[in-house]
Amino acid sequence: MPNREITYAEALREAIREEMKKDPKVFLLGEDIGIYGGSFGVTQGLIEEFGPERVIDTPISEIAIIGGATGAALVGMRPIAEIMFFDFMTIGSDQLVNQAAKIHFMFGGKAKVPMVVRAPAGSGTGAAGHHSGSLESWFAHVPGLKVVAPSTSYDAKGLLKSAIRDDNPVVFVEHKLLYKTKGQVPEEEYYIPIGKAEIKKEGKDATVIGYSIMIPRALEASKILAQEGIDIEVVDIRSLRPLDTDTIARSVKKTNRAMVVYEPPRFGGFGAEISAWVGEELFDYLDAPVVRLGGEEMPPPYNPNLERKIVPQIEDIVREIKKLVG
Amino acid sequence: MLSLEDKLDMYRKMYLIRTFEERAEELYMEGKIWGTFHLYVGEEAVAVGACYALRADDYITSTHRGHGHCIAKGADVKRMMAELLARDTGYCHGLGGSMHIADVEKGNLGATGIVGSGIPIATGAALGCKLQNNDKVVLCFFGDGAANTGAFHESVNMAAIFRLPVVFVCENNMYAMSFSVKKAFALPDIAERAKGYGIPGVSIDGNNVLEMYETTKVAVERARQGEGPTFIEARTYRWKGHSKSDRQSYRTKEEVREWMSKDPIKFLEKYLREEKVGEEELENIKKQVERDIEEAINFALESPEPTLEEARRMVYA
Repeated sequence: MPNREITYAEALREAIREEMKKDPKVFLLGEDIGIYGGSFGVTQGLIEEFGPERVIDTPISEIAIIGGATGAALVGMRPIAEIMFFDFMTIGSDQLVNQAAKIHFMFGGKAKVPMVVRAPAGSGTGAAGHHSGSLESWFAHVPGLKVVAPSTSYDAKGLLKSAIRDDNPVVFVEHKLLYKTKGQVPEEEYYIPIGKAEIKKEGKDATVIGYSIMIPRALEASKILAQEGIDIEVVDIRSLRPLDTDTIARSVKKTNRAMVVYEPPRFGGFGAEISAWVGEELFDYLDAPVVRLGGEEMPPPYNPNLERKIVPQIEDIVREIKKLVG
Repeated sequence: MLSLEDKLDMYRKMYLIRTFEERAEELYMEGKIWGTFHLYVGEEAVAVGACYALRADDYITSTHRGHGHCIAKGADVKRMMAELLARDTGYCHGLGGSMHIADVEKGNLGATGIVGSGIPIATGAALGCKLQNNDKVVLCFFGDGAANTGAFHESVNMAAIFRLPVVFVCENNMYAMSFSVKKAFALPDIAERAKGYGIPGVSIDGNNVLEMYETTKVAVERARQGEGPTFIEARTYRWKGHSKSDRQSYRTKEEVREWMSKDPIKFLEKYLREEKVGEEELENIKKQVERDIEEAINFALESPEPTLEEARRMVYA
């Protein structure tokens, strides 16, 4: 197999391009996705390749972007909507939460909404309170939506292709700090099923469960911990909803200790759901309470030192694992 | 009527905005400012002309491109620069940054990173003023991009039917990030939208500070007398990129140059010369502004950063 490394942003672009070539129903809409190429460059070159009829620049109108995608999906298209920053999802979320998510159910299965809403999430770029949000937990709470948050180029491509093919609305969470990270992606086509976790590193002493940017951080932490003789297993859930509890269970039954790590505020964040599930279902296998490492209870601050401090970093994972295992 | 002193003060403020922006950009290039920001260079006449029509106790709402509004409403550039440098002495203790500068004491109800989100807030502030019967007016700055948000429609309509004391100033700088107004509107003048809400609307030259002032003055007085909102479309141009990561592939250098030849500061300078203001006086104003900005930078650089404990205390009132 020819090995090649591409960035997370390039992997997403390849997924979009392949699906657009294959299916004329797939089209893009969003702000500055045409000649500008998207605020993080994901759609660069696509308007040149597919034209303005399939790569549609819109005004600043998130309600009409998400609602428009919903309507187009309802009549047989497969739209991919880009929301410039995840924080702006809140503006269009009536259409997503009250319409797209519920239509299949409310209409008694008579209609479907095959669409993807992609958005860059997360802090770490100094963009402060309105451009640094990690709101994936909000959407994972909504039955009818699927929520995916890949951590590598390989997963980003395979999962986005599956999301585009999915007959349900899928929220696709892209962490800003991952866009430029590189990873191996094969030339040949592949899909990764939504709802399947992956063990990114095997280990025996404790399981770290996370997604998105927290996976590379957990893997870095594992190297530091290995020097001290602590061998952690890293479970990348990849999809928040549906959640692959089988993989989590297999891992925790082996290590008997679990830590959940996530960027949003700890209180009510998605890690709380995982933690609760592990506590309920795997109680007999646990040697210690599940550790929940989440963000601080505050909006993202502008000051770079504070911005870093309020989100779990490698050293925080190392410290908490030592406490859990020690 | 504006006196010559007023006009010289307008000139000083416009030059202060320009110098603040240019020095902030240099600090960004030197790596001293973090994140991103949106520069107001080329649009100075809009903020200065509009704010000059307000009383000191009136309110404004600002945008992501808000440094100019903040300065025009009377902010201290020291505390603004400190905010850009993420210091505790900044207007928001370094927690908000460029996109969230607020100077509530001076009536600036804040910049926002969500395009269009200031419009409902301005409408609500005007409702609050009306309910308190305090004779104050709210001036709402927003861009051409914001005029296409749902928030715009709901808010302008509500302000119109409640006859709220608010003036909507749409800074049409020709682009919502990369999206040209020619593509974003099926109307030639955004101000035509006003008809649909039953309020007066006017399109004016936003690079002419005197026209900006005169037009806003009428709208502010109308609002203060309980006659409701006015929509002002101020046509201007952003000289710099949208933010710090803009390759500007969506517009030509010729277009930028053409607008730069309509420099709002040069326009006022020419006017002042015709009013027999001497070169020395203009030079002295500029030098003083440059000293003020350097002082602001030094103040910011010497200021401490906020602590996590302090930030925690800010989450709830």
